[in-house]
Amino acid sequence: MAGNDIGLIADLVGNNEPTILSEWLDLQKQAGILRTDRTTEAELNSQSRNFLHLLREGLAKGGDDVSHAAFGAAREMLADLSRSRALQGFSPRETSTFIFSLKRPLFNALNKASKSGSFSAAQSAELVWSTTLLLDGFGLYTLEVFQKSREEVIVRQQREISELSTPVVKLWDGILALPLIGTLDSQRTQVVMENLLQTIVDVEAEIAIIDITGVPTVDTLTAQHLLKTVAAARLMGADCIISGIRPQIAQTMVHLGVELNVISKASLADAFAVALRQTGRAVTKMKIAPGGSVKKSLGQGE
Amino acid sequence: MDRIPILKFGDALLVTIQVDMHDRLATALEEDLTSKIVSHNAKGVLIDISALEIVDSFIGRMLDNIAAVSRILDADTVVVGMRPAVAITLVELGLSLSGVKTALNVERGMALIKGRLAASEHADDDVED
Repeated sequence: MAGNDIGLIADLVGNNEPTILSEWLDLQKQAGILRTDRTTEAELNSQSRNFLHLLREGLAKGGDDVSHAAFGAAREMLADLSRSRALQGFSPRETSTFIFSLKRPLFNALNKASKSGSFSAAQSAELVWSTTLLLDGFGLYTLEVFQKSREEVIVRQQREISELSTPVVKLWDGILALPLIGTLDSQRTQVVMENLLQTIVDVEAEIAIIDITGVPTVDTLTAQHLLKTVAAARLMGADCIISGIRPQIAQTMVHLGVELNVISKASLADAFAVALRQTGRAVTKMKIAPGGSVKKSLGQGE
Repeated sequence: MDRIPILKFGDALLVTIQVDMHDRLATALEEDLTSKIVSHNAKGVLIDISALEIVDSFIGRMLDNIAAVSRILDADTVVVGMRPAVAITLVELGLSLSGVKTALNVERGMALIKGRLAASEHADDDVED
């Protein structure tokens, strides 16, 4: 792209800025990308005006490509725009149309200038090509940032889910529960194991109950991960009880030939009862007087 | 240090590993412990590895060996104070030390040994009756 072409486009944009802006805004509204539920018309107006301004400045400085240093400010503004739109839930089409709908008004301005005899036919064809290239570059850049922002959101959510789904709960003095939710892969097992072992040290636990009610499927790999966790806890001096194995899972495990050589109980409550017994405790029922007050508190027999 | 001290504690032997184990030290410990179990007529061996930060398969096997040897010599081995990272490493190495008893700290390990001693004395009494 020749340098004088860029100068011509810069002049063109500069001379026709108000016309281009109003046409551009109309087109954006027609394309239906003004989502009044997410953004206001005034905001769109100011965004469009800003970008057109930055585009003209960049062109005047001789920017002939999206990656040119002259477009630094324009790129930054576009990146902010697509990032915020990605977070607000705009579709990629709605986000990129912001740039692509600028083509028509620019070409209109070019056409008008060419009709009035400012450029030759060959020159105006060349200008159309340069403008298209430039705007396509900006459009693709917008999409790239949009995609990246969405991926960041996904990565953050993944991390949050894995943190949320591996809590270690203290049920009683020396008794821990580990309610597992979701599929157990190697990475999560690692996190679960580290959490559990650290908590065993912190609260001086004797018994850990691993509840797999929330684990949808147990295959040989998952079973192996569970066994590893149990073995590691045993090395730390804590016994493990596995609870919450659902009927289908129990069947699958037997069919697969997976053997869990640990104490397993049907429900967390059963496992807790076993844990209390092993630590020399029992739960007894209190006698409640008609008035509702506790007559004789047996509570926790040590 | 070329030897790890072995302390007599009642009917049990107490070993605290305070330095990083290298293979020769491990072998020496195994030999010393075996002879001390016999000479002191010990009924339990307590190995505290709370200061041990690095383990390899050799050390893991050494612990297993010590447990096996003491079982033959009628003493229980309890490994106490294993760090989480060490436990994970041993499991990943495929060493679950199934022959070794474990406890969280020295206090609980001692309680475990005493409990077993009391149980075996009780059993002896029953036989005598």
